[in-house]
Amino acid sequence: MAGKSHITIKGTKDGLVFLLDDDCEFDALLSELGTKLDKHAQQFTGPIIHVFIKLGNRQLDEDDQERIRAVLRKQGNLLIQSIESNPPEQDTSETGPSLHTVAAIVRSGQTLEYDGHLLLLGDVNPGGVVRCTGDVYIIGALRGMAHAGSAGNEDAIIAASSMTPTQLRIADVISRPPDEWTSAEPWMEYAFLKDGKMAIDKLASLSRHRKDVMQFKGV
Amino acid sequence: MGEAIVVTSGKGGVGKTTTSANIGTALALLGKKVCMVDTDIGLRNLDVVMGLENRIVYDLIDVAEGRCRVNQALIKDKRFDELYMLPAAQTKDKNDVSPEQVKQIVDSLKPDFDYIIIDCPAGIEQGFRNAIAGATQAIVVTTPENAAVRDADRVIGLLEKSHIASPKLVINRIRPNMMKSGDMLEIDDICQVLAIDLLGIVPDDEMVIKAANQGEPTVMNPNSRAAIAYRNIARRILGETVPLSQLEDKAGMFRKVKKFLGMG
Repeated sequence: MAGKSHITIKGTKDGLVFLLDDDCEFDALLSELGTKLDKHAQQFTGPIIHVFIKLGNRQLDEDDQERIRAVLRKQGNLLIQSIESNPPEQDTSETGPSLHTVAAIVRSGQTLEYDGHLLLLGDVNPGGVVRCTGDVYIIGALRGMAHAGSAGNEDAIIAASSMTPTQLRIADVISRPPDEWTSAEPWMEYAFLKDGKMAIDKLASLSRHRKDVMQFKGV
Repeated sequence: MGEAIVVTSGKGGVGKTTTSANIGTALALLGKKVCMVDTDIGLRNLDVVMGLENRIVYDLIDVAEGRCRVNQALIKDKRFDELYMLPAAQTKDKNDVSPEQVKQIVDSLKPDFDYIIIDCPAGIEQGFRNAIAGATQAIVVTTPENAAVRDADRVIGLLEKSHIASPKLVINRIRPNMMKSGDMLEIDDICQVLAIDLLGIVPDDEMVIKAANQGEPTVMNPNSRAAIAYRNIARRILGETVPLSQLEDKAGMFRKVKKFLGMG
């Protein structure tokens, strides 16, 4: 960053706008601000100038804002009107759970756990566990245990190319094939909760069952 | 520099020691310099299967604790000049040696041998960690039973997490007629679940038990079907492409010969 200024000062009819870089260290920014003001000290004499400070994506607490104020206060004629940051980026949880893609064989004794949806490219062997708060999609054979909606989401589904699990769980519902149901269908299937009970259907039906399986935002 | 191969399975009684003894002997048969290391401390029996029990003076623990040099503890096989074994201690247990010590011993053997076959104890605890510490390759032994395949899967998971890259599979004690009738897991099913390269399949053979009791590895007996399988495995370890012996076809051929003789 040598040579590149982190501070841009623009004049407007209302006063001066200080655009402060939001990538660099805050301390570096403060010292640069100090030296910059000292350098142009003679320009800041005269009538009171209103100053608007824009921090970009940088979020500052009261103490740090006060440090900026202190630097500007050294120049008698600068009056700080506002210190603004861009609003914080929206939390991803508001836009729906994220999708984790993993290529692996989940073997006996191994656990794959995620917050969000899980796309597994590989098998889950007996004794292996996949668990996530969203949906579980498995391109491969599900022979072990899968737990979707582990935080209590009863709308979560479990889909697998080959559905021969030792146990399926969605939210708090536990199902034990083949005691309760069996599946040896050649097509891809998914498990979901229907009236609080585990049900299995072919994957082609999923679009009717649920319109918003995955929400890709900003992809 | 030699290649150190650990023979492991997770489950006990699937034939790790028998496999170690036979692969080791088969490699020696093919002219390689081989050392077998028994890491099953407290429950050693590779020496019994090899018929070398009465020659033990020093063991692995003695070497680890500096009571003797590795060369002093090595036992030369009675059949081959280039086949040696390092016996485990019978009086101590697995926690009396560390993975670092085993690795050091195996590393010290590497310059003198082409292959070092490490016989691993059952389980996934300290004994397992000791056994894999010095190895660069692994052979996972399983039988066509659900419980053995589960444990093999667990062990493969642990091996893949360790420094050993891609373990190879040996399916032991196959009974072709049971497989044919669907009472035994199919080879294809096992391979599909475990998803690792198949190194060989060994048919169930009473001669293996007889040979082990006599302290003579089966592989020495050319009439044993298991012996052929072990020899094929050894050749595959050396990099040869040997097709899997067709169990079904073999039975079919045998029947054909019998029929022919009966007719003649």
